Amino acid sequence: MELRPILSTLRRHKVTAWLLILEMALTCAIVCNAVFLIGQRLQRMNLPSGIAEHELVQITLGHIGKNPDAKAQTETDLAALRQIAGVQQAGVVEELPFSRGASSNSGLMLDPRQQQPTVTVSQYMGQNILPTLGVRLVAGRDFGPDEYVDLDTATAALQSGDTKGLPQTEIVARALAERLWPGKDPLGQTTYVGKGIPLRVIGVVASLARPNMLNMGPQYSVVWPIHMTQADGASYVLRCAPQDRAAVLKAAVAKLKQLDPNRVVLVKRTYDEARRDYFANDRAMAGILIGVIVVLLIVTALGIVGLASFWVAQRRRTIGVRRALGATRSDILRYFQTENFLLATFGIVLGMVLAYGINLFLMLHYELPRLPAVYFPVGAIVLWLIGQLAVLGPALRAAAVPPVVATRSV
Amino acid sequence: MFGYYLDLALRSLRRNKALTALMVLAIALGIGASMTTLTVLHVLSGDPLPGRSSTLYYPQIDPRDSRGYLPGKTQPMDQVSWIDGMNLLHAKQADRQALMTGGNVAVQPDDTTLDPFYAAARYTTAGFFPMFGVPFQYGHAWGATEDAAHARVAVISSQLNDKLFGGRDSTGKALRLSGAMFRIVGVAGSWNPNPHFYDLNRKSYNENEGVFVPLSTSQDMGMPHDGGVDCWGNGGGGNTPDHNAPCVWLQFWVQLDSPAKAAAYKAFLVHYSEQQQALGRFGRPPNVRLRDVMQWLDYNQVVPDDVRLQTWLALGFLLVCQVNTVGLMLAKFLRRAGELGVRRALGASRRAVFVQLLVESGVVGIVGGAGGLLLSFIGLWLVRRQPASYAALAHLDPSMLFATFLLALGASLLAGLLPAWRACQVAPALQLKSH
Repeated sequence: MELRPILSTLRRHKVTAWLLILEMALTCAIVCNAVFLIGQRLQRMNLPSGIAEHELVQITLGHIGKNPDAKAQTETDLAALRQIAGVQQAGVVEELPFSRGASSNSGLMLDPRQQQPTVTVSQYMGQNILPTLGVRLVAGRDFGPDEYVDLDTATAALQSGDTKGLPQTEIVARALAERLWPGKDPLGQTTYVGKGIPLRVIGVVASLARPNMLNMGPQYSVVWPIHMTQADGASYVLRCAPQDRAAVLKAAVAKLKQLDPNRVVLVKRTYDEARRDYFANDRAMAGILIGVIVVLLIVTALGIVGLASFWVAQRRRTIGVRRALGATRSDILRYFQTENFLLATFGIVLGMVLAYGINLFLMLHYELPRLPAVYFPVGAIVLWLIGQLAVLGPALRAAAVPPVVATRSV
Repeated sequence: MFGYYLDLALRSLRRNKALTALMVLAIALGIGASMTTLTVLHVLSGDPLPGRSSTLYYPQIDPRDSRGYLPGKTQPMDQVSWIDGMNLLHAKQADRQALMTGGNVAVQPDDTTLDPFYAAARYTTAGFFPMFGVPFQYGHAWGATEDAAHARVAVISSQLNDKLFGGRDSTGKALRLSGAMFRIVGVAGSWNPNPHFYDLNRKSYNENEGVFVPLSTSQDMGMPHDGGVDCWGNGGGGNTPDHNAPCVWLQFWVQLDSPAKAAAYKAFLVHYSEQQQALGRFGRPPNVRLRDVMQWLDYNQVVPDDVRLQTWLALGFLLVCQVNTVGLMLAKFLRRAGELGVRRALGASRRAVFVQLLVESGVVGIVGGAGGLLLSFIGLWLVRRQPASYAALAHLDPSMLFATFLLALGASLLAGLLPAWRACQVAPALQLKSH
């Protein structure tokens, strides 16, 4: 295919050609970045939590008025909950991975004299956490019963400065261990919190995600042997077979109300619901982005159809002359296809530069990584395809112009 | 003349319906998407208390120890501790002041058909109501005497009053909150500032507090705190910190009626910090800020990132639609070069042809704007169905309605400018000759 006649024709329609190139470039740049943003959201939504997600239900209670004996009541509740048919494990947890609600976070140091903490972690506290959540221990051991301290004892110890009432050990997530002690055995290592309170690592779990603040490291979490009760804002978490969850949740709520009617159920949900709720905004945003991409591509395609139709109508006579001089239908068809391919290529080149610029802007204002190079060819192929599809109709109409047009006066 | 141009424009637009529809659709889509996101942005970044917000300030001080302090870089804490809050409150250096925090209380209706439920609550000192201009449907706020007496009084929202008392005047009635009896002294009128500027630790938008009780009373009753707790040193433990714990969990707001008073108050905060440092309570030099409501919202970047991203996306989309329309109009106008040539040859000035073509693009703009408005209504309806907490607030107000039409007209006139200018450059003789 000879390119020179196409280029010289385009030069005579400079403004229109540039507008088409600009439109394709803008579309290409926006689509590249939007697809990238969708990828980021999907990646976030698919982050591993490290727990037995489909086997958990959560119940949070609020007591009416002060509860003088929350500790004993928690034990009674737990014993009763374990009796419910289908319940495999029952525990108390203050927070769950990727969920709204309470969360406790602390700065962790490797040296007690450090000015700034090395990492900010989320700490899991409660009772029977690892077996209930189904977190897999890969090294070391779980806490023994004598290692636990009560939250109020620990708080009092913190204020008096007496280290006796404080926990001495902790379990860390593997990702955190690799961040703190790369290439070393984390067991037996010590981290410091607050004004230098030491905690020795006795166990490592394969994975345990934090509830929120994911930009601080989604897997930077620890488990502390601190007992919490429902009065401290912790929830009951029950583990059961996935198909039993609805029945277990119903039975558990009825049981708890029967044990003490003087409380209100604040939260009752399966963990799947909690996770879905946490990522609801990401899902909505991904949906909006997909919608924008689709509409944008349709608008661009229609724009190409519109302009190409005009060009075809404008050049009817020229096409007729070419046909009369021996050009075949497929020559005409290919002419318009090549023309569009050329315009799309210019648009794509310009679009890539723009896409990169938009990405730099987004990196500056939002927490986004650099656009990976793989998005560029994807954007190019999409634009070429859209261009070819859009121009096909007008090009076929052009190819259908009979040679006799050349002999007719207008 | 305008009527004639309008007639010409309509004729021309009718001649090629598909193309006209395409241009109108492109403008409508661009306008619809932009107005939807701009409306959300407008609603979310609005002034929560118009007319009042410029005299309301949020004092911030820095009571932490020296660990991690970078002079000039470290921002002071976002809330105050119990001790500092009480000190600042009792200093009474501002025109009005209030110390407050959020929580949840169990409401036990006397009406046995209603189960006990939890309501969002605000534990505050009496200055809250006059300072923020809370309107009252029935009754009135409590005063400093009730604060000092740890009185069991409550103000409830009109929504809670509707739910519990069917909207009737409930002042003087008893209300059982978290197991204790309270007397209702007032029912607030419709008051729901958005963003929820005075405490951003809970939801930033659409946070409806049902119950207001004196801060002193809430502490006596052990009502649970709900919101942000930030500790330093060996502070920590639970969501309701001890009053002596090195933790911040309360908000302190002041009203300062003139800039001079604000400057004096800032000096007071510096003086207070120096005093506390000398006493050994504060471990770092004075580090204070005194932001007004809008500065405080800006500092906290209260508008969600997603909303700002969506606005950029929509504006990019509008730009593509715009370029699309320019291209289509250009093709359309140039195709009519012959007709325009005849008009020019018959004596129409270049200016007249230009105006005629602009009228045509203006018509496309107005129709596109109407379509865009319709799409914005659909868009906002879709936004309201989103899971975000601000979703329910997304409504078009008159100013945004007006802005929609202005944007549509501006966009299409802008889109018509280049094509019209190109088309009126046509040399009349050349055009006539070729036919």
